[in-house]
Amino acid sequence: MKQIKVLGSGCTKCTKTAELIEKIALEQGAIVKVTKETDPQVIMAFGAMSTPAVVVNEQLVHSGSMPHTAQIKEWL
Amino acid sequence: MFEIFTQLADWLTYTVMNLTSESKVGDAVHFFIKDVTKIYALLVVMIYFIALLRASLNVERVRDFLTGKNRGVGYLLGSGFGAITPFCSCSSIPVFLGFTSAGIPLGITMSFLLTSPLINEVAVLLLLSLLGWKFTLLYVVIGMTVGILGGLFLDAIKAERWLRSFAAKALANGQKQINQSAINHTCSQMAFSERHTFAKDETVEIFGRVWKWVIIGVGLGAALHGFVPDGWIEQHLGDGQWWSVPAAVLLGIPLYSNATGVIPVMESLIVNGLPIGTTLAFCMSTVAASFPEFILLKQVMQWRLLATVFLMLLVSFTIVGWVFNAFSSFFMR
Repeated sequence: MKQIKVLGSGCTKCTKTAELIEKIALEQGAIVKVTKETDPQVIMAFGAMSTPAVVVNEQLVHSGSMPHTAQIKEWL
Repeated sequence: MFEIFTQLADWLTYTVMNLTSESKVGDAVHFFIKDVTKIYALLVVMIYFIALLRASLNVERVRDFLTGKNRGVGYLLGSGFGAITPFCSCSSIPVFLGFTSAGIPLGITMSFLLTSPLINEVAVLLLLSLLGWKFTLLYVVIGMTVGILGGLFLDAIKAERWLRSFAAKALANGQKQINQSAINHTCSQMAFSERHTFAKDETVEIFGRVWKWVIIGVGLGAALHGFVPDGWIEQHLGDGQWWSVPAAVLLGIPLYSNATGVIPVMESLIVNGLPIGTTLAFCMSTVAASFPEFILLKQVMQWRLLATVFLMLLVSFTIVGWVFNAFSSFFMR
């Protein structure tokens, strides 16, 4: 199962990103666990400077915007 | 070039809605339609083209660029990049920590963060089209000066001792590493199609965020334009009243807007005779000194530092107001 974390301080775009990933995962039948991470210390530890950022299995894969559907499909 | 918007407003107000140009309502509605359509058209076109140009500029590159720069140019560069680098205000904390953990001094980081909400490309272009180049230049210079002096001041009082402990630790670690690791500046070339996608996304996103502010801003402007008697503002809040500047700054704190929304209001305040310094003080306070943003910074700063930064902003906006009221005749003629 893939662990996906959405990093961000709780702004609307971060919430939307998490929802979008969950929705696409459901459509594709991928089993994932999406969590939101708002702790600035953790965000700093991943080296993300602009949010929303996405971490897949502890690896930073995206930052600075809401990811596109195509990108999300690649991660799943 | 902008006549088409006046014609559109003429047609909608006087023909479709059947209002007369002599009535207050007609005047206000005409002003509203003309300004909203003009600003919307400008925004869409300009955000797209500017985004196209600066598609490859992001906070990560700015951080790499600022790392290890000496303080003298650091403040200037920090403030300059703050003006041109786009980032969502919800990213302030990660940006702050990213800069800090790269060992960039607190003052330079703050120069970046303080200038950023005050100046951005949309604000500059709106100012140019509504208030002319002299005022725009003035606004940019003041915004950057506030950022630069603010950063200098915070370093001068060694404000980094009031960071939260984990942020202070990150700063110390970062400064140790600067000398050891050379940062390689990778310049990735972007294809035009990538730039286009970025610019399109930016346009949709920024427009989606600011369109309502434009309506509110211009709506307030239209109300001032149509319903506040000519000369009223000048008489009651003119140069003579020294207290009007700090009052304007205080009034700006609970009002929170971004620069895009406040510029149409600035235009009507100035046209209605509010002194330029008072207007600047009010608008800068609305844009830069907002509670929601400051509450966010609490995550990395102790109360003491937070209060210092806040007070510093209020004092500098007040000084800006007084100085420009004193010299206003020189700047606006």
